Amino acid sequence: MKGFEGRYCIVGVGQTPYGKVPEISQLGHNVLAIRNAIEDAGLTTNDIDGILTKAPTSTFPMLWAPKVAEALKITPKVTGTLDQAGASNIGLIQYAISALAMGQANYIAISYGDNPRSGTRASYSRPRGDDAIAGLFGAPSSYAMIARRHMYEYGTTHDQLANVAIAHRHHASMNPNAVFQEPITREDYENSRFVAEPFRLLDCCPVSDGGAAYIITTEERAKDLEKEPVYIEGIGQGHPSWDFFRRDDLTRSGAAISGEAAFQNAGLGPKDIDFCEIYDCFTVVPLITLEEYGFCKKGEGGAFYEDQRTHIGGELPVNTSGGLLSETGMPGTQLVVEAVRQIRGEGGPRQVKNAEVGLVSQQGGIMTTHATMIVSKG
Amino acid sequence: MTIDPTFAPLAELIPDPTDISEPFWKGLNDKTLRLQRCGKCDTHQHPPERFCYSCGSDSIEWATASGGGEVYSFIVVHQPYHAAFRDRIPYVVATVQLDEGPRMLGAIFDVDPNSISIGMRVQARIETVSEQQAALFFEAEVQ
Repeated sequence: MKGFEGRYCIVGVGQTPYGKVPEISQLGHNVLAIRNAIEDAGLTTNDIDGILTKAPTSTFPMLWAPKVAEALKITPKVTGTLDQAGASNIGLIQYAISALAMGQANYIAISYGDNPRSGTRASYSRPRGDDAIAGLFGAPSSYAMIARRHMYEYGTTHDQLANVAIAHRHHASMNPNAVFQEPITREDYENSRFVAEPFRLLDCCPVSDGGAAYIITTEERAKDLEKEPVYIEGIGQGHPSWDFFRRDDLTRSGAAISGEAAFQNAGLGPKDIDFCEIYDCFTVVPLITLEEYGFCKKGEGGAFYEDQRTHIGGELPVNTSGGLLSETGMPGTQLVVEAVRQIRGEGGPRQVKNAEVGLVSQQGGIMTTHATMIVSKG
Repeated sequence: MTIDPTFAPLAELIPDPTDISEPFWKGLNDKTLRLQRCGKCDTHQHPPERFCYSCGSDSIEWATASGGGEVYSFIVVHQPYHAAFRDRIPYVVATVQLDEGPRMLGAIFDVDPNSISIGMRVQARIETVSEQQAALFFEAEVQ
């Protein structure tokens, strides 16, 4: 990683049950995921001196990271809550590395936990202020507007969108943590109801409860721990910002800029990547993301997903745990957890062979924010 | 004032106008679409602000827009997200590229969704939704 003298690692990952989990609170998902990550790293809560959180999506509590610290009986040196929506989970790693490099903390826990499924999901479909009268509610509607334009400009088809849903579900069928493990067929896709055309229900990720967390530290400290460290090779950000419908080109995301920054930061390129964990809140998003990263030409994301090219065992496995579409609809923390498990070789039946370098893509809002991270065996 | 009963349920979605947005909403009550125009760089903009999003100038004027534009993208909503739209389902929401430059979101009612396509010409359709307020929708332009 350019810009820092030392190297930085993910040394522990943890999660809570995904799906409908009314017995665990919003706070509980954060705390339990962090505790599981601490145990996975072979550390104790006393070792943790930094707590960073992504703001929960369903409600927006102030001073959230200090609240999580309290519930862990920790008095941290570093805290913070980042508001980049789904991209926050990588942005927080960038913040953690800065704090570690400055000697302000030794082991930093990063978490996201929320219960929109059993709590309130109103934030996913609330009216858009002055634009409410236009009748556009919900994230699926906004992303469907993007998908329609992508189909118009590049000839992307429903069949190609279906490939994404089917491929990610295929991977989830090998993941005991996944909310949806039952494989789906093209017929299942075509029979699923329209939500906001061109999207059907199976184009959309589910609203899920759950938590996920990871522990970041320096290479020196990482080497003293039992498990092999996962190295952070590069991070990049790029934020289209703006209300989505006013952007010049609706088919572009921040992945081009954040990906280029991450590849440069790592001194690597798309050819070096063994697998990807890509933010897939809706089927069109991985197509756009792969295009913007340069894995294929602009407009060829749909073709890239054909012939099971993105399946485990294919040319470039994508979303090995099922992604947002099938593992859990949480905003991205779980993708980092899966990348770590793949690099460590803990994937079980869904393990990618020779998974040495992985890419994680995260985005928030309606392709409003974007962050990319490249991790490796070191 | 007569209010079309099919539009009345939408009244609850009208925001309280602010000092900045009031000319837009008053314009709709006069059956005109008004957009802000920068007196310095001539750029039209929406939503309204005290300053120009493009050049930062505060010499903002209000101008009457043609109401014409074309469909940049659109969706057909089937999910009953909001009670006010429940009787409209399935309905079209379009991203409209206005002739003056800005893009706006707008619902297109009373049309076969299959007849809508990207690039087609649309025109502002202003309908009264309450005693106090009219609102902006779009309809296919008459050829």
